Parts: sequence; structure tokens; C-alpha cells
Amino acid sequence: MLSREEVQHIAKLARLGLTEKEIGKFQKELSSILDYIEKLKEVDISKVQPTSHSITRALAKGGDTAAASSIEMENVTRDDIENDASLKLKIKNKKLLKLAPETKDGYLKVKSIMRALAKREDERSSSPTRAFAQQK
Amino acid sequence: MKGGKENKVLFDFKMKLTGLTITQAHQGLIKKEFSALELCKAYLDKIKEKDKEISAFLTINEDFALSQAKKIDDMILEGREIPVLAGIPCAIKDIILVEDLKCTAGSKILENYIAPYDATVIKKLKEKEAVILGKTNLDEFAMGSSTENSAFFSTKNPHDLTRVPGGSSGGSAAAVAANMCCYALGSDTGGSIRQPASFCGVVGLKPTYGRVSRYGLIAFASSLDQIGPITKTAEDAKIVFDVISGKDELDSTSVEKPKLQTTNYKLQTIKIGVPKEYFIKGMDPEVERVIKEAIKKYEEVGAKIEEISLPHTEYALPCYYIIAPSEASANLARYDGIKYGYSVSNIPTFQHSNELMDVYFQSREQGFGPEVRRRIMLGTYALSAGYYEAYYLRAKKVRTLIKEDFERAFKKVDVIFTPVSPTPAFKLGEKITDPLTMYLSDIFTVSVNLAGLPALSLPCGKVGKLPIGLQIIGKPFEEEKILAIGKILEVDELRSSSPFANARVKS
Repeated sequence: MLSREEVQHIAKLARLGLTEKEIGKFQKELSSILDYIEKLKEVDISKVQPTSHSITRALAKGGDTAAASSIEMENVTRDDIENDASLKLKIKNKKLLKLAPETKDGYLKVKSIMRALAKREDERSSSPTRAFAQQK
Repeated sequence: MKGGKENKVLFDFKMKLTGLTITQAHQGLIKKEFSALELCKAYLDKIKEKDKEISAFLTINEDFALSQAKKIDDMILEGREIPVLAGIPCAIKDIILVEDLKCTAGSKILENYIAPYDATVIKKLKEKEAVILGKTNLDEFAMGSSTENSAFFSTKNPHDLTRVPGGSSGGSAAAVAANMCCYALGSDTGGSIRQPASFCGVVGLKPTYGRVSRYGLIAFASSLDQIGPITKTAEDAKIVFDVISGKDELDSTSVEKPKLQTTNYKLQTIKIGVPKEYFIKGMDPEVERVIKEAIKKYEEVGAKIEEISLPHTEYALPCYYIIAPSEASANLARYDGIKYGYSVSNIPTFQHSNELMDVYFQSREQGFGPEVRRRIMLGTYALSAGYYEAYYLRAKKVRTLIKEDFERAFKKVDVIFTPVSPTPAFKLGEKITDPLTMYLSDIFTVSVNLAGLPALSLPCGKVGKLPIGLQIIGKPFEEEKILAIGKILEVDELRSSSPFANARVKS
């Protein structure tokens, strides 16, 4: 069974807040799913190449179905110039920004990234009312 | 009672309208038997009447649908030729973006998200003048097999309101089955089009990976996701598929259909493979009987039936439950409470915190439901340092073996027949408490996604009042073939058990 610490570690990696109760729930649930997945260990994969995508370029070009095993993706690029399409995207920008919870001067606004910095700021302002006003 | 009689006539007329297939509705429109506005209103009335009990729709798009219908009527009046989908009312799974309409993905985290653009499939439908009635319910982020994981409400199966419609495209399948739309779009990552189509007695097509652009489809597992139609007949599925498919420069994994050498085939001489691994203990014996009867029908029209083996079948589900959650955990990292969607930074009680990390943790904690959190946790674990090789890499290798099973089988047979699901629609609440039991309802559908193949779910009979679906799996890019093969069964008498058999008008 997964330990409490393991569950907490995964949640931290996933940036997912958990309640105390959920830690125990995930310990049990994830462990039973992982036990089921253990079944994959029965398979001999020593000489097998991994598959990331199922459709190959060879196949897409009309090759033999049976010959295909892994996809060769082709990047889609465009010239970095202003044209009709990019102007349309500029109009879209406004629409996208409207969806953001907090914006300022046409940018997304985020909370403080560095803990220490935020703390120093707090100490300097010492008054809780002022800190609250900054939030707004 | 003249008025009463007139109402009855009007009622019958509307009943007939909502029972039409795409082809029939199109014929009716161009022959001016009814207008696009009448057709649209008939569906909107049907939704008002039936959706109270079925709960298939999350958003109804009445004004847009009606104005679009009027536009089609003007085109017809002007004597212009209209595309087959013009004026035909449809519903869209609420994980596909329709510009300026809410798109929730069934999640609280996107509860107020207004789609800023059209998905490529929607752009294509709009080019053909489709009438979009609304957005349908689903399991949150398409993660589930019953639509009970929706953050908003559960959808009911139109054939039995105490049962689930399947999932994750449960709202789309239920809406088509209850004649609340003429056709719908769904998405299929591990069976999410086919299993609800099977449970609701409608046709569902999961296309070859890459055949339909995923641009504007909210991502769940990008190497498996595919958009497809849910319709009343195989013929309708082909009509919708032909419109939405094709390479798209906005989706680097989309591909052009290759020229196949084997376009000529006689349906009467096809070889059908039936994998022995798909008839296992634990399967409902009544489902097995219905499927075997359907297979027999094909034998009677001259098809050769051959038992085949797909030896890695039993590893498909564990393989899927590594790959899909891994990809999901990466895809769902974008919901961070910063760019869009639910954010604690808007919540007054949160104002005491001044840290970005808290925004991430708490927005995601409050915004995601239990199944989504479970899969994010599972995927993050499988991808984390020290476990990547044991889980994710191993699953990718097993995926190769599953794919090779099909490649070997398709050297011997043209198509593969299996059940879609080991059981008919189950009761609401029956499996929701045990995630692993719920996962097992995908046991016959996930292999197809891992191998990237096209597959059709076709109603082939009933157990009691509950429909059963036959799964027809094809070689890559052979959607046309599996749809043509499906059509054989549709014209068969078995079709008379379909809910649409009585609703059809004479053509």
C-alpha cells in the first residue's frame, strides 16, 4: 500500500490540494488500481519498441498496414510574420484575456512567486489592512 | 372537437419530424414537406418535454438554432441547393468548443468558461449550415463510463430511467436515442462514443486516430482521443463523418486518408474475425447470445466467420489505465487558476494568501471532481521519477504488442466483431463507488484506442428493454467499410427492435 507520505508527494507534484480524509482514501484507491496494473509485469517486453502514437506516417502515406509500428510526427510551423491570420489571433487575445481571473494592463496577473519575497513584503507592511488592500 | 384533432395531427407530425434520420430530414426539407424552422422547433419542444427526466443537455442554444433554421429556409425559398446537413438539428458533447457558448467539460473548473473559438469539427459543421441545438452532458473531462462523474447532474438512459446512459458521451447518446436531436458529436478515448451508443441503442463511430481534427476538443489523453458521430443509422454516421474528417493544419496528429488498394470488396464475401478473448466468463450470457445471433446473420448473407486470437487482450485495460491517466495528468496541468476557469484568487476568503502556489493547489482542489483527481494522481505517480520505466514505458511497450495483435489478425480477416460491453446499461449508482469496477466496463473498447483503429457500435438486439451493441473493428482508415458492413444489419429485421423503426416515415 502507498504510504501517506507517497500520496502527499504525488499530490504536491500534481499541484493538487488534498484534505486529510482524502489522503487515506487515495492510499487505498491508488493501491488497488496499481495492484491491478501490476498485471503488465507478466508480459515479456524485452524486445519490444514502445508506441507513443498509433498511426504511422508510412501508413498514412498508403504503406502496408502491417509494417507500421511508431509514428514519425512532423512539426507544423509558420513564418513569424504579421498577416491576416495573426491579426485575427490578436483580436482573439482580447477574448482570451476576458477568461482570465485576474488581469492587469493586458497581462495575466499572478500572485507572488517567491515565498521569501512575499514574506519580506508582509513584514514591511506589517499592517494586515494594507496587505489586504494590495490584494485588491 | 376539431381543435383537439388538429392538435393530435400536429403532435403526430412533430413526433415524426424528430424520428427522422439525416437523409430523411434532408429530403423533407428540399421537397418542402416541412421547413427547417418547423424541424428545429419540433426538436426544441421535444427537449422541453423529455429532458426534464433524461437530463442530457447542459446548455440549450435556442436563439442561435432558430435563427440558423430561418436562414436555411431562406436558402430553400431562394431555390439554392443546400448541403445534406443544412438545417438538421444536432447536439455537441460539452467538451468540444462552439464559439461563444459555454464549454464546461462537465467540470466545475470550467463552469463559466465561454469558448473563445470554434473547434475544427464545429467550423466544418457550420460551413455545412448545421443547426446546433445545444451542448450535452458528460463525465467530467470525459473520464468515466456512466456520465455520473459530471459535476452537474447524471443523465438517465431513455430506455430505462433507473439506468445510466453509459459514458462519457452519455448526454449525446441519450439525446439521439430520445429523439432530442437528429445526431450528435461525441469523443472517444477508451470507448466513450461506443459504450454509450451501445447502452442507448444508437450508432456510434470512433474514427481512426488522426482522421478527425482534435483542434478545439478539450484534451484528455492526446494519443487516444478522437471525435466521432453518434447517429440513428450507419448511413447518417457516414454523412457526418465525411463532413468532420480530414487533415487540419491546427492538429499535427491529423492525417489525410491514404489511398487504399482494397477499396473494392464484396460484402457477401467478407471475412469476419471473432476473437475468442472477447467471450470470457463474467460476461452477461444474454449479451453473448444477442451478439452471436448478430454474427450468425452475417454468416447467413455469405460472410465467412473465423475464430481469431488477440492474445494480449487481457493487458489492454491495465495498459490503458497507465497511458490515459499519464497523458491526462499532463494535459490537465493547464487548469491552474491563472489563465481561465475556476480560480480561488477570485474568492474573497482566499485573500489572506499572497502566494501563487496556494492558487494552484486550492483552485485545483476545489475545481476538480473525485475521478479527475484520482486519474491526475495515478498519472502523476506513473510518470514520477523512479516509476516511469516500471509503469509508463512498460505500458507503451505493451501497447505495441496490442497493436501487433490486430495487425496479425487483419492479415487473415477483413473486420473484427466483438461485443461493445460485457453487460447492458447498469443501474445508476451501481458502480460509482468502486473505481476499478467502473473501469472494467471499458474492457472491450480500450484496445481499439490503443491501436488507433476505427470501430463502430451498432445496435443489434435487446436484452429485455435494454439495447445491446455489436462492435465492428476495421483496419486503419477503413471507416467506409465498417459502416457499409453495419448497414447490412440495419436493413435486417433485427432493426425492427430499434426505437426508430416505428418512428420512420415512408420515404
